[in-house]
Amino acid sequence: MSFLIEFWNFIKVRKKYWLLPIIIVLLIFGGLIVLSQGSAVAPFIYTIF
Amino acid sequence: MTYILGISAFYHDSAACIISDGKIVAAAQEERFTRVKHDAGYPKNAVEFVLNYANLKLSDLDHIVFFEKPFLKFERLLETYVAFAPKGFVQFSKAMPTWLRDKLFQKKQLMDHLKEHDNKFRDEKKLHFSEHHLSHAASAFYPSPFEEAIVLTADGVGEWATTTVAIGSGKNLEIKKEIQFPHSLGLLYSAFTYYTGFKVNSGEYKLMGLAPYGEPKYFDLIKNNLIDIKPDGTFRLDQSYFDYATGLKMTNSKFNNLFGQKERNSKFEKLTQFHMDIAASIQKITEEIMLNLSKSLQEEFNIKNLCLAGGVALNCVANGKILKEKIFENIWVQPAAGDAGGSLGAALAYWHLELMKDREIIKTDSMKGSYLGPEYNEEDIERELNEIGAKYKKLKDDEIYEKTTECLINGDAVGWFQGRMEFGPRALGARSILGDPRSENMQKILNLKVKYRESFRPFAPSVLENEVKNWFDIDKTSPYMLMVANINEDKVIKMNKEEEKLFGIEKLNIKRSTIPAVTHVDYSARIQTVNQNTNQRYFNLISKFNEKTGCPVLINTSFNVRGEPIVNTPKDAFNCFMGTELDTLVIGNFFLEKINQNKSLKKDYKNSFELD
Repeated sequence: MSFLIEFWNFIKVRKKYWLLPIIIVLLIFGGLIVLSQGSAVAPFIYTIF
Repeated sequence: MTYILGISAFYHDSAACIISDGKIVAAAQEERFTRVKHDAGYPKNAVEFVLNYANLKLSDLDHIVFFEKPFLKFERLLETYVAFAPKGFVQFSKAMPTWLRDKLFQKKQLMDHLKEHDNKFRDEKKLHFSEHHLSHAASAFYPSPFEEAIVLTADGVGEWATTTVAIGSGKNLEIKKEIQFPHSLGLLYSAFTYYTGFKVNSGEYKLMGLAPYGEPKYFDLIKNNLIDIKPDGTFRLDQSYFDYATGLKMTNSKFNNLFGQKERNSKFEKLTQFHMDIAASIQKITEEIMLNLSKSLQEEFNIKNLCLAGGVALNCVANGKILKEKIFENIWVQPAAGDAGGSLGAALAYWHLELMKDREIIKTDSMKGSYLGPEYNEEDIERELNEIGAKYKKLKDDEIYEKTTECLINGDAVGWFQGRMEFGPRALGARSILGDPRSENMQKILNLKVKYRESFRPFAPSVLENEVKNWFDIDKTSPYMLMVANINEDKVIKMNKEEEKLFGIEKLNIKRSTIPAVTHVDYSARIQTVNQNTNQRYFNLISKFNEKTGCPVLINTSFNVRGEPIVNTPKDAFNCFMGTELDTLVIGNFFLEKINQNKSLKKDYKNSFELD
């Protein structure tokens, strides 16, 4: 819960309300996405994410 | 006393540091403990070390500061994917699992990790988040000896910023302007690192070392197509040539077409003159940007001091050019300029900017020579050596300098392990491999038989601070090996007409100066000036070598093999000693010779580490 409050505060401070729909969709599909393993992509790219 | 723990982690070069009332007590990179180069995990061992060194428990800490803001980074990622959609789906599908599983919940993740040190730790309010480039800027300004300075930071990317300009004055530090992702000097350099077949985020040094073998033939091509450099040094990259914002590589086919060939595959393809020319070209671009930025900032703010940090500040050739142009009276570069130093900057930024504590300017060296890591006393060393089965002699101080000098003069490669380990990527005479710079073969021997790395790679000289002017064209100190300058004319051995016709790597076989092992093919050297106050034992050794040879210079390279983190413990040092063709090992006052060791302790060391 504290995470959601902090994230909402962040959105408010940054005034990035338009990101909300994307984040909500991401959270809805979050389970699926989390289950698909991210794989190591180094050394072909700088660790930008 | 107020104790602040700084942490950098989860991308590369995780590290931890502790400051006490704003004074730096201890700092170390996690890779040194886990033996995994550029370790990106939570720095459990490093945190444990700094706590132990400061004789503190986790509950004694007043604040814990993480070096960047994860939410802001997430915002950058989402906005980038939206901006490039649908092109960035491949990267998006790789990045999101990691973010939705871990990185978005970094506060919880950090709290969980902190409980590994003390399972009763619940005080979430002690945990704070700095900004990536503010951490870099703080790490460059606060330990510097300047009351006031322009602080320039440049790296791959943090949250949004890739290059920032801050003004530091007393305890205040304010970021004035920034260049944001995807326009990044660090990522441009990394793109060429990738293109020339080196590992991104670790091979940048190789590219810089390769540059003097080439001609900057592609300088105009890069400038006319890839990057728009303004007279003030600011720049924009043409993203149509790069893949890093949306894909899983640094460059794309349009980039390859521009230069007429694909990126080099280091497993199958050798380095050619083309790659050397590419290296020379991107190095020249980097220098032009850094010089233009420096000049325009000096004119705009009219401040005589410059502080540098961020991965690009490790480009010591560019740093040397800024110094030589005399744009600023003084330059100070944070020795842990990469992300490891972010831990230190985060803690210092919190102390001065959030707690608003005054800054005590230390004119000598508040980084303590960057010797901020673990040290081992005589008992520890002897116990470890006995446990391993090492054969050693215990000598007096004078005998150590005498014997080591003898070995160096005889052409031995010497492992030198003394005092506290260095913080940052450079070995500065605490965990170093040393050699005689006057030897014509030493560069090849050290590269191929000791370090197992490419023969083109140069070695750096350590020189007594009071002798530096007599040997190198530099009138300032360079205690952290972050400045490049030329060898003095009277030490240079001019090439004859036939030798001048040689290209690229062929030049390596020519004796270029009276200290050929540390003279690059363009007569430059990456200098470390050694000061008696920060490293007495190393100073004494070079002084003894000078006394016997008239040469106050030694080869200094990091105590490791290619792909291995610098050694941390006496055991690490012994393993490296036995796994390579090092002849002599000196740990504190313990003197070890290879010929006396049990041959069964030899290891296949070369293949133990993934090549970088």
